[in-house]
Amino acid sequence: MKSVKHHSKLTQRLLQSFVFLLVLSLSFSAHSQDVDEARQKEGKKLFKSLCASCHKLNKKLVGPALGGVEEKRTNEWLKAWIRDNAALRASGDKDAIAIYEEYKQSNMTAFPQLNDKQIDDILYYTTVGEIGKVADPNQTLSTTPKDAAPKWLIYILAAAIVVAFLIIGSLLKTISELKGAPKTPGLMGQASELWQGIKQNTFLHVLTVIFGALIAAYVLFGTLFKVGVDEGYQPIQPIAFSHKIHAGDNKIDCQYCHSAAKHSKHSGIPSVNVCMNCHKNISEVADDTKVVMDDHTLTKKDLDKEIAKIYEAAGWDAEKLEYTGNTKPVKWVRVHNLPDFAYFNHSQHVTVGGIKCQKCHGPVEEMEEVYQYSPLTMGWCIDCHKETKVDLKGNEYYAKIHEELAKKYGVDQVTIAQLGGKECGKCHY
Amino acid sequence: MASNKKYWQSVEELKGSSIVETLRNNEFVEEIPTDEFLGDKETLEGSSTSRRDFLKYVGFTTAAASLAACEGPVRKSIPYVVQPNDIVVGVADWYATTMANGFDFANVLVKTREGRPIQIMPNKEANGETNARVQASVLSLYDDKLRLKEPTKGGAVVTWADADKEIIAKLEQLSTANESVVLLTGTLASPSTEKVIADFVAKYPNVKHVTYDAISESGTLDAFEAMYGKRALPNYNFGNAEVIASVGADFLGDWQGGFEKSYSEGRQANSGKMSYHVQLESNMSLTGANADKRVVVKPSDQVFALINLYNAVTGGNLPSKETPADAQVKKLAQDLKKAGSKGVVVTGLNDKNAQLIALAINKALNSEIIDVANPVYTRQGNDSEVAQLVVDMKAGKVAGLVTYNVNPVYSLANAADFAEGVKKLKLSVALSTQNDDTSAATQYALPAPHFLESWGDVMVEEGKYGLVQPTIQPLFNTRQLQDVLLKWSGSTVNYYDTLKEFWSTNVLGGSSWNQALHDGFFTKEVVVEEKLMNEVDVNAAAAALVSATKASQYELNLFSSTALGDGKQANNPWLQELPDPITRASWDNYLTVSMADAKELGFENPVKDNGAIDGNYANVTVNGVTINNIPVIIQPGQAKGSFGLALGYGRKHGMKEEMQVGVNAYPFYKDGNNVQYNVTIEKAAGWHKFACMQVQSTLAGRHDILREASLKEVNDKSLDPKHTWNKPFMVSYDHQETEGSKIDLWDDHDRTIGHHFNLSIDLTSCTGCGACVIACHAENNVPVVGKDEVRVGRDMAWLRIDRYYSSRVEDKQHEEGVAMTMEQFKAENPGIANQDIERKYTEKVLGLSKGDLFDALENPAENPEVTFQPMMCQHCNHAPCETVCPVAATSHGRQGQNQMAYNRCVGTRYCANNCPYRVRRFNWFNYADNNEFDFNMNNEYGKMALNPDVVVRSRGVMEKCSMCIQMTQATILKAKREGRAVRKDEFHTACSQACSNGSMVFGDINSEDTVAELKEDKRAFYVLDYIGTKPNVVYQVKVKNTNEA
Repeated sequence: MKSVKHHSKLTQRLLQSFVFLLVLSLSFSAHSQDVDEARQKEGKKLFKSLCASCHKLNKKLVGPALGGVEEKRTNEWLKAWIRDNAALRASGDKDAIAIYEEYKQSNMTAFPQLNDKQIDDILYYTTVGEIGKVADPNQTLSTTPKDAAPKWLIYILAAAIVVAFLIIGSLLKTISELKGAPKTPGLMGQASELWQGIKQNTFLHVLTVIFGALIAAYVLFGTLFKVGVDEGYQPIQPIAFSHKIHAGDNKIDCQYCHSAAKHSKHSGIPSVNVCMNCHKNISEVADDTKVVMDDHTLTKKDLDKEIAKIYEAAGWDAEKLEYTGNTKPVKWVRVHNLPDFAYFNHSQHVTVGGIKCQKCHGPVEEMEEVYQYSPLTMGWCIDCHKETKVDLKGNEYYAKIHEELAKKYGVDQVTIAQLGGKECGKCHY
Repeated sequence: MASNKKYWQSVEELKGSSIVETLRNNEFVEEIPTDEFLGDKETLEGSSTSRRDFLKYVGFTTAAASLAACEGPVRKSIPYVVQPNDIVVGVADWYATTMANGFDFANVLVKTREGRPIQIMPNKEANGETNARVQASVLSLYDDKLRLKEPTKGGAVVTWADADKEIIAKLEQLSTANESVVLLTGTLASPSTEKVIADFVAKYPNVKHVTYDAISESGTLDAFEAMYGKRALPNYNFGNAEVIASVGADFLGDWQGGFEKSYSEGRQANSGKMSYHVQLESNMSLTGANADKRVVVKPSDQVFALINLYNAVTGGNLPSKETPADAQVKKLAQDLKKAGSKGVVVTGLNDKNAQLIALAINKALNSEIIDVANPVYTRQGNDSEVAQLVVDMKAGKVAGLVTYNVNPVYSLANAADFAEGVKKLKLSVALSTQNDDTSAATQYALPAPHFLESWGDVMVEEGKYGLVQPTIQPLFNTRQLQDVLLKWSGSTVNYYDTLKEFWSTNVLGGSSWNQALHDGFFTKEVVVEEKLMNEVDVNAAAAALVSATKASQYELNLFSSTALGDGKQANNPWLQELPDPITRASWDNYLTVSMADAKELGFENPVKDNGAIDGNYANVTVNGVTINNIPVIIQPGQAKGSFGLALGYGRKHGMKEEMQVGVNAYPFYKDGNNVQYNVTIEKAAGWHKFACMQVQSTLAGRHDILREASLKEVNDKSLDPKHTWNKPFMVSYDHQETEGSKIDLWDDHDRTIGHHFNLSIDLTSCTGCGACVIACHAENNVPVVGKDEVRVGRDMAWLRIDRYYSSRVEDKQHEEGVAMTMEQFKAENPGIANQDIERKYTEKVLGLSKGDLFDALENPAENPEVTFQPMMCQHCNHAPCETVCPVAATSHGRQGQNQMAYNRCVGTRYCANNCPYRVRRFNWFNYADNNEFDFNMNNEYGKMALNPDVVVRSRGVMEKCSMCIQMTQATILKAKREGRAVRKDEFHTACSQACSNGSMVFGDINSEDTVAELKEDKRAFYVLDYIGTKPNVVYQVKVKNTNEA
């Protein structure tokens, strides 16, 4: 369960570029037909602003899927429906009433403000759908691995060169000996003499032992100090949730989900209903979404299944679009584990200190899979407390004490440590 | 030089015995059966595993195991599916509710974390006060051992639906046949529940509601009804009293619910005025310990003293007898008359006639202290109805019985009759929170919720309402009384709606329900009607009282203990471990015997070599009922010829084995009378092991620990307290007399910047009730260690309340009346400070040498004065513990707190050895998740009461009071988040928050907090100030009103 190793940057990049090329070729093949891009774009814009909250192209949401709706209904009917569906129903149109009944009598907003062209654009968009992004050829180039020669390769090369030189040297020597040159003690002979000398030198023995002991102690100490330090801890989560997609690509604020961070000691793992705020409407990822995990890549097919896990947890029936009440909490694996005897309060750091989440949690917005970025050791805490100056921000609490302390220490702005942030009892109780 | 001398190791060797020869050659005389554990030689040799291999394997597995242990466990975090709006994970929510379990009634605030109640505090807005039991009731919620979890019929689990169906059918059948059914409950004091019951009775007219209090106040209720026409208890405003005369009423304890807060209000030493409180009693009660003057009177004499008091106050001539306390009674009567309407008389005798006389005295005094217009409803039990019920049940006249949260099979004096009657019933249902004796005896046992899981309302006194609201989802398959009755009445509405409806029509009068629910209380203006007084024949009452009082050689005074009360929460480990404030014994009840009687009867309390005390057993017989093997404690201040015994102990059914302690005294509690005559006693064989948290009785002359003064001294402006009654430690510095605290070997730190916390404890208003001790347990996850560990002094209480008796110094040198008394000595030597008087007197007047002096001072007086002193870490600015810690695990914070880093502690215990206050506690064991300590921290339910903000300490580390640093830090953080300075008196510790009478005041001395003034008060002193530890806990001199009004 516990996997502490980082992804290799090289493999990651290779995989990414491979995938990218694959997608590229596919998308080229898919878009051979002619599409009026301007119309599609206009239609898409309108669709997103007016229709998308209730409709999708390929899936039922609050209302029916609209992909290819032009094939099912006449243009006139659609216009009439879109402009004022209630009036259409009132006129006794059977189709209109049937749809109304099918979708549990939910009233669709009327759009009398739309002109014919606008409606046609929307309908055009529903017919042609998404156009794959046309790739920028330069971008393709930039992703090829050009600076990918890793360090170990250099070492191997250097070692090979050294070996080669040694072989060449010994060959030359053998040749010159064969040619009749006098036998010199040779490199090996000198070395063995030297070795004899070393073996007999007591001082060197002592020195070696001391040196050895020091190294052993250093290694042992270093190893022991790493016990329980889980920097890089990256457990497999029950749902392949990508912070990169949410916080990075979609720029969702950290505290939208981790809303307790500003009030509480815990940052809070969002409850499933927070997920459902968005995912009620987002049941699938965009076609070209990829999430690269430790040892495997998740494509749209896999990722849609991950979203389905939220539905299962929330008890949401994606077909009927209603909650079943049959919930199943998600059992996330905790990444950051502080021992019980250390008290940490998020709100102190987030709300009062105004510290960015990334300072301790690292570039979460780039993480497909979250890992522990900081060591979370006491030394790490203390270092920061020693360096960081208190953020006053016009906080009235600090006004008096800061003035007095600044005078006492002769500084403009006191550090957390000077304020008492280094005392044992501030974190251990 | 060679020597020819030969030394023999033994005579045997000299004789040349063969044994010696064998021993010389063979270390072990008998052959060691090595084969047994090595196996036979062949298999050993045949095995391919050599010893070397074996060691290799052991080494490898050990290394592998330790390496594997380096990996942390995988921890799961499971968020809500739908997070409730008002819950932020990690932030506590407080709810106002009301505790009402039939014995304890209190307006409380409940602290919940993630939907779990973890602490109970008094709702000070509602003028609420909490005692130790109210504080501890949160743990009883999580008592998975004693609580009923599922409805059962004859021991087999049934569904509520089935139980309902069967019981309703049965009820209807009994109703049709018009056979009597009784609903037996404790005091509910709930107007809406009374309405529900009335509806139930309307549906089944054969049902009669009988109220039963395990500890009865029936006598008072009857007397009050006779005089004022209402079955209720009179209310008392002790805060305004000038003279309080109590004849055996433990009104700081549980008498009529307790009046601790109003009593303390009238005893603020700094105001210059204090009530003068005289207590006539036989047991040493909490109230007697706090009295200004305590007169030892045995129970039968209390009756006569009360009548004599009436005679002396009114000039009447009621029939009575002489008592040894008559002189004091006469003096008291004068004081009362002088105080007039500011005087009050209360009596703890649960007898209608005695109560009538007390009411008559108050009437004669025209007392304003007694409030008969706004009576109290917290006791409504009717002894005669209960007695009749038992008779009827036994005679088969009652067909059905429904009990609610009462346990008569345990708590009735004639419990056997009751149990026999239950067997004859056609329908018997126990609706109960607990799987107790009664629910085991009935046909149906239906689980009721704890008050923290219920809705409800309480009317404690006229017009003062409290609301009960649930603070947690029900833990078990429970349903509350009102819902059960509504269901059985055939109603379709639930109790919550009924309650809301009831309140909007009858209580709120247009006010907001939500606001009332938020506040937890509601005060309704009541029009005080002119009371129609019934004239009562005091003569007849006195005559009846005198004839009923059969003075005997030995008399028994039953009482409810501070810890267990009536025994409802006997399975609560916090309460079991709470030491009695007077005897300081935990995990027990016992017979308290006076020093004189103990000498006569041969009882002893020897101190054993492990520092604990043992006690003899006694067999006690009262009215033909004998209880064997009651352990005996010798109680200074116990009236000769009287014994005390606490009710509420000795419960067995459904209880954890560790909690089945003490003896059940209810069989003695005949007719609900707390005084029983005709007691015979005999010494039994064997020794009982007591678990006392404090064995020493007195200060032994060390008045640097605790200072006392009289109100007269404190009020006397001409006296300089620093030279008389509150003399600090003085040294000679530069040939000047200087206060010791002003001299320092060390450079002091600048403590004027930032917060500096101090705790002030007023010894005058501290009654020793123990609420703070339990609050501290709950807040700081203090473990319960069990009786055996307490006995050997390994209790873990961070906060204890030390009790000190005054000493008895026997004057062996002078004839009586020849030597001067201590008072005379004091008057003649005004230069001697209060704390030195006792020692100097003993030394100079009585001529005792140093050794004899301390020996003499260790013995408590026959009727000692008692002082209580809450003692916790003093957070010394010059802490002796900090300097001796080899790993710097305990260090001083800038905010004045002595901090303890548990994870740094290696357990040398140097700090505890160097602490002059003995407040450090060592974790000898893991107390959590340990079957050896099978208390709240060893089960999943009990652990829900842990405070998540405080770590549970593990074995091998030292711990102590942290001055609730988690609370001060939380207050600071709250202010920071809100971007404001900390408000005045915003800081609190658990103990200061729990203290209802304002004895403990916590705060920041670098601010405008109250404690900053208290620290500089003329009464302020530090314990053992001559050591120079400079504590951050400051005490206020104990003041007694010895002025005799």
